[in-house]
Amino acid sequence: MRPANTCWHCFQMLASRALVRGLQSGFWRRVSTSSAAWAAHTHDVDVIDCSVPQYNNRLDTPLPDVPFVRNLSAEQKKLKEKEKGSWTQLTKEEKLALYRLTHELSYAEMRQGSKEWMTVLGGVFIFLGFTGLLVWWQRVYVYGDVPHTLSQESVAQQTQRMIDMRVNPVHGFSNKWDYEKKQWK
Amino acid sequence: MFRAALRLSVSGARSLTRSRPQYTASVAARSYSHGKQETDEEFDARWVTYFNKPDIDAWELRKGMNTLIGYDLVPEPKILEAALRACRRLNDLASAIRILEAVKDKSGPHKEIYPYVLQELRPTLSELGIPTPEELGIDKA
Repeated sequence: MRPANTCWHCFQMLASRALVRGLQSGFWRRVSTSSAAWAAHTHDVDVIDCSVPQYNNRLDTPLPDVPFVRNLSAEQKKLKEKEKGSWTQLTKEEKLALYRLTHELSYAEMRQGSKEWMTVLGGVFIFLGFTGLLVWWQRVYVYGDVPHTLSQESVAQQTQRMIDMRVNPVHGFSNKWDYEKKQWK
Repeated sequence: MFRAALRLSVSGARSLTRSRPQYTASVAARSYSHGKQETDEEFDARWVTYFNKPDIDAWELRKGMNTLIGYDLVPEPKILEAALRACRRLNDLASAIRILEAVKDKSGPHKEIYPYVLQELRPTLSELGIPTPEELGIDKA
């Protein structure tokens, strides 16, 4: 349905932008847009510029490409200046602060695991249990009766017939029946 | 140079001496079918020269260190000393501490390598004022 007094092209553009903005505020965190200017408008979205080197915590890369903290406060800048002098003048806290400016996680922190596996396993068991409940309900309320041939009486008749027929008389079924005494061996 | 223990060199297995933690292989990491093979001493000398460059820049330090850690060996203390001095020239204390952490991590299950390296580097660490990760408390998460 075309609006009568605006150009179709402009309407399309507006509609698509409205759609994308709706998506951005809805489900999707960030939908790619064509214009960089628009990206500047959408605030509180953590845009990661993948075209420049990024910080990373990796055991096999001890010295990352960029320091963790890029924008230094005045105090931090002063510390950096002090770093240019002798390191024996730095206190332990200052040395630690310098380390944390450049690195987010230490090796020990990188290596430590989490307890997430317990949550995952627990979740798996909960859902398995719930599935079990569903299966049980299904067995009770959905399945019909079993065939009458599985009743006690029917099985007894079937067994007697198998004995009469001499089913597997050498090693198997009838072999176990004592025909003289008329009982199982 | 320290290699992963129990690595059998091309020329045959070396018996591991326990008096001092030193696991040496007679040949370098790459096994060429032809061509000259670099000895351990040449490897060490090359890396020491790399880090000893007076006007080394930050990128070269990072590149060198990341490459070195990528090899299947724990670097010799003399290479590490050159790297730490390069950090000093670049006014980068954090990288110096990180290098020590990386050495400990690189030793893996061979727990005796790291104390030995620290022992060898102790004069340099004291001179430059580089703390060990243990002194800062970042060796435990």
